[in-house]
Amino acid sequence: MTDRTNRIAALKQAAKDRVLVFDGSWGVMIQRKRLAEQDFRGDRFANHPVEMKGNNDILCITRPDIIEELHNAYYAAGADISETNTFSATMIAMDDYKLDQQAVWDINLEGARIGRRVADEWTAKEPHKPRFLAGSIGPLNKMLSMSSDVNDPGARLVDFDEVYQAYRHQVAALYEGGVDLYLIETITDTLNCKAALKAIMDLESEGQEKLPIWISGTITDRSGRTLSGQTAEAFWNSVKHAKPFAIGFNCALGADLMRPHIAELARVADTLVAAHPNAGLPNEMGDYDEQPHETAHAVAEWAEKGLVNILGGCCGTTPEHIACIAQSLEGVKPRQIPNRPKALRLSGLEPFELA
Amino acid sequence: MGCPAWSAPQNLPNKRHMTQSTAQFVNIGERTNITGSAAFKKLIVEGDYAKAVEVARQQVENGAQVIDVNMDEGLLDSKLAMRTFLRLIAAEPDIARVPVMIDSSKWDVIEEGLKNVQGKAIVNSISMKEGEEPFLEQARAALSYGAAVVVMAFDETGQAETAQRKFEICQRAYNLLTQKIGFPPEDIIFDPNIFAVATGIEEHNNYAVEFIEGVRRIKAELPWCRTSGGLSNVSFSFRGNEPVRRAMHSVFLYHAIPAGLDMAIVNAGQLDIYDDIEPELRELVEDVILNRREDATERLLDIAERYRGQKGAEKKKDLSWREKPVNDRLAHALVHGVTEFIVEDTEEARQQAERPLHVIEGPLMAGMNIVGDLFGSGKMFLPQVVKSARVMKAAVAHLLPFMEKEKEETGMVGKSNGKVLMATVKGDVHDIGKNIVGVVLQCNGYEVVDLGVMVPSETILETAANENCDIIGLSGLITPSLDEMINVAAEMQRKGMTQPLLIGGATTSPAHTAVKIEPAFNQGPVVHVLDASRAVGVVTSLISNDTRPAYWEETKAKYQKLRDSRSGGPAKTRVPLADARKLAAKDDWAAYQPPRPTFLGLKNIEFDLADLARYIDWTPYFASWDLAGRYPQILEDDVVGEAARTLWQDTQVMLQQLIGEQWLKPKGVVGFWPANSDVDDIAVWTDETASEERASFFTLRQQMEKSNDKPHFALSDFLKPKGAGVDYLGGFCVTAGEGEAERSKAFIAAGDDYSSIMVKALADRFAEAAAERLHEMVRRELWAYAPNEALDNEALISEKYQGIRPAPGYPCQPDHTEKETLFRLLEAEDRCGVALTTSYAMTPAASVSGLYFSHPDAVYFAVGRIAKDQVEDYAKRKGWDINTAEKWLRPILSE
Repeated sequence: MTDRTNRIAALKQAAKDRVLVFDGSWGVMIQRKRLAEQDFRGDRFANHPVEMKGNNDILCITRPDIIEELHNAYYAAGADISETNTFSATMIAMDDYKLDQQAVWDINLEGARIGRRVADEWTAKEPHKPRFLAGSIGPLNKMLSMSSDVNDPGARLVDFDEVYQAYRHQVAALYEGGVDLYLIETITDTLNCKAALKAIMDLESEGQEKLPIWISGTITDRSGRTLSGQTAEAFWNSVKHAKPFAIGFNCALGADLMRPHIAELARVADTLVAAHPNAGLPNEMGDYDEQPHETAHAVAEWAEKGLVNILGGCCGTTPEHIACIAQSLEGVKPRQIPNRPKALRLSGLEPFELA
Repeated sequence: MGCPAWSAPQNLPNKRHMTQSTAQFVNIGERTNITGSAAFKKLIVEGDYAKAVEVARQQVENGAQVIDVNMDEGLLDSKLAMRTFLRLIAAEPDIARVPVMIDSSKWDVIEEGLKNVQGKAIVNSISMKEGEEPFLEQARAALSYGAAVVVMAFDETGQAETAQRKFEICQRAYNLLTQKIGFPPEDIIFDPNIFAVATGIEEHNNYAVEFIEGVRRIKAELPWCRTSGGLSNVSFSFRGNEPVRRAMHSVFLYHAIPAGLDMAIVNAGQLDIYDDIEPELRELVEDVILNRREDATERLLDIAERYRGQKGAEKKKDLSWREKPVNDRLAHALVHGVTEFIVEDTEEARQQAERPLHVIEGPLMAGMNIVGDLFGSGKMFLPQVVKSARVMKAAVAHLLPFMEKEKEETGMVGKSNGKVLMATVKGDVHDIGKNIVGVVLQCNGYEVVDLGVMVPSETILETAANENCDIIGLSGLITPSLDEMINVAAEMQRKGMTQPLLIGGATTSPAHTAVKIEPAFNQGPVVHVLDASRAVGVVTSLISNDTRPAYWEETKAKYQKLRDSRSGGPAKTRVPLADARKLAAKDDWAAYQPPRPTFLGLKNIEFDLADLARYIDWTPYFASWDLAGRYPQILEDDVVGEAARTLWQDTQVMLQQLIGEQWLKPKGVVGFWPANSDVDDIAVWTDETASEERASFFTLRQQMEKSNDKPHFALSDFLKPKGAGVDYLGGFCVTAGEGEAERSKAFIAAGDDYSSIMVKALADRFAEAAAERLHEMVRRELWAYAPNEALDNEALISEKYQGIRPAPGYPCQPDHTEKETLFRLLEAEDRCGVALTTSYAMTPAASVSGLYFSHPDAVYFAVGRIAKDQVEDYAKRKGWDINTAEKWLRPILSE
């Protein structure tokens, strides 16, 4: 058994014992550092032709100290799982910064290595509470189910194979860097997510060790649907073939507006349910005002009602938020996975069940 | 059993014949299948994708639960066509909501399809034709794309023909899939090959039986899997003879579905109802399908020519029931709702009967008893029963003159099962539900004295006494009617009446009946009736001296329990009004720039019926007929689908006529005024200087306990406070009631309650549609704060727009009396002919009114129960005494 196999077993055991705590926002924390263009470029990209500022993922290579510090901050706050700083590290998303394949690979690889190191240090220090590393796989700025041209509903800027290849590249690099699980998050288009899932499943059928997959969609607004139009249950039906370790929602909504959709997943999904909401909705300045105790109060109620197994934060949440969440979850039992009768369950934008 | 078919659903054989396990048969639309539809093929080959998308839309609108997409055509780049079409329908929410079946004989086309659907699709199909490895390869791929698969009963040696081999191949495939690659068994759909029968080749004769038996065995022994088939193959040898083919399809499904067939790719228009197939043809087809006799094929061929050429679309009306004895004909007409021959049949029965009354008491009541039994056992639904009543009324209308004459001559009178008085109480004008109950009771032999709407308690009590009514039924829809019902109950008590009192209508409930009405009247039973289907049972139990005491005791005990359970619990705590006010919804009012309407004052609006029809939300329409379910899914519902479809067809016919002949004149008035909030009130100003108050609206604030410091809403929160700069308030009243009353009365006079109820229910829908349409005009043009909004009807129904239009009497402002101020400001009575009753119900009933708020944060909320402090405060603001305030706020008083 590899170390990783043992860690995965420990992760699954921990999920049975308690509600796991996930980390919070990376964007806000990096923003607070007020980094300059030079920080982003480092030596390696000193002469890169386009501006790098804003490419947070590149910091895995150019300012690894900051990434390490943030992992440390979240693990110290009580997070069981922290995620790599690789949200946009795909060939397609990094096209904006004109990065080549090797650079994208290295972001993922280095990102995973930093996180791995920090997680292992914490586990060594606190063996009773092992820490885990999730490889962050974010959405793309190009979608497979939505038209890129208002005048042509059939238009697409990418096709399935390109998206598949981009994710496959990222997954392989994260794997090599040592992540314990994959976190496909902030999914706006289920077909993009399905391409990522196929990439993972194909790599594994080709011999790569199987890692748990955590799938986290995004309900974009009060319509209660994903950006590509699916309801929560239809979304679950579309991705459950990957037998994910966890299914959940993150981003776009604060806890209050996210609750009904999490409750819906809790009802339909026979796997762990996860949530990392924003710290409320942003104010006019784009800042998040929700205080740590407020977020914690809201999500703790979900845990007490038995709706969730993993809780963390997304935009606007900080280590203080995560510390409050971790505190409020102490002694709370995790959601029991329901036993749903087998049935042919399909989906379009809406679920279909042949009972 | 030989139940006749009530009506003519076009898509499935009569489901009532099928067992429970088949209640979920899936009809897969084949019209977007190039190999199944010449018309679709033409569109794709010519590149007319816009029209091709419309074909998909129609299929979904017609109830296809899954759409089959097949682009197999030699002249086409099938991969490209598959991709293009799937991407285009992905942009159409009303198509993309259903799953897709990706259908091709070429794997690369299937894979291209899988790369272009975000939902979970079905792959159609894979098989072991090329051996196990390619089969598993494709299955693995399907799994990695997240699709279910159809597996053909096909292996290296060919297609399975016998039940035994069909089963063996499927079992082998099942084991490979589930054991070798972990394919979920519930995602496997076997297609055990439907082959043509009656081909003249003896070996083919048993093909249908083999399929059916194969399905039975597969379903019994391979857990969780499903079965499917391509239906049209079975009748291949009769191509060109549509009537025979359709009969074969129906008979085939009739036998295959109970054996476990879960789905079939069918042309929905190509199916007949099993019971509607001409008996001779049906028997011969059945002989062929079930291979019941050696000469079955020849015998079918012999008569097949007689049917050839009957256009598929023109279904032949089966008039064989006309040859039966008159009593059977009357029963048939009642059960099927056929009025065409009722007068001649009734006359024939009258001539045979000793007295005209005997026709009613004999064959007509016998027929209505069948209807009652079928209704009671859930095999008929309300719209069908109301149609039966129409037939009954026509028959009775024919007999009445004879009975009158007989009465004059002999003084003899008839007797009924009992007499029920029905009334919508004072102040309320809603009567659709009451009328339905009346009809259902009449169908069951009860005499109904219908006093109509807005009936004062004196009239009810007097009539009950004068007409010797056995039971009194009260109906009401708005909340003040609840009080009026208590009042009637108290009056009955005072006058020493003992008749049972029935309570029904949208706002009534067992709890309210138990807590408020029953304590007011203890000399007779008080019973809440949930819906029309319960009315007969309740009335029957209460009228008979044998059953009444026990039923009364039972009801009393139930209500006592309800009262106990309500008084037992701790009272919910309420937040003091002062605190709730501190937690009002707030905005940065200094920074907020309210949009100014394009005009101030009033404007009359006229609506076009055809335009409004597009805005109708049909789900409540079905609900008004006691058919529960969301439109359009309700049309395919396993339980009420058949009734819903018939109602839908009848409704569409009336809708056409209603629009064409302009039966209704929908119109409205809209107004905008400068306004500001003043704590919980709204000051409406004479002009934008905001110096002189023209009117005040009073609003109520939420006092329930909330977590997270969520705001305690009142409607006034959505306006700028006094002194922070002027804001604006809108108001409207629309009605579709003009013309409705005369139409519905005319139908009643003609004995056609069915149409009368239908026109009323439609008028209600048009009023709601007018409110929806006017609100859209307000947002886009009249107030114009969302000029670029583009929402489809579904989005409108789910209220995805900015701003709200709350109505007094509804959860945002439960006080109905606020309508008075609104109506005064709108000059509603003069401008659109809508008045308020003493209970502040709008008359005509098909009317909607409300306020408009434009603030982006304005939301619909429910005030919920309020505490004493707010009642006192509200009374003071409105200039009421406490009793008056409690009267109008009763439904939301904290207990």
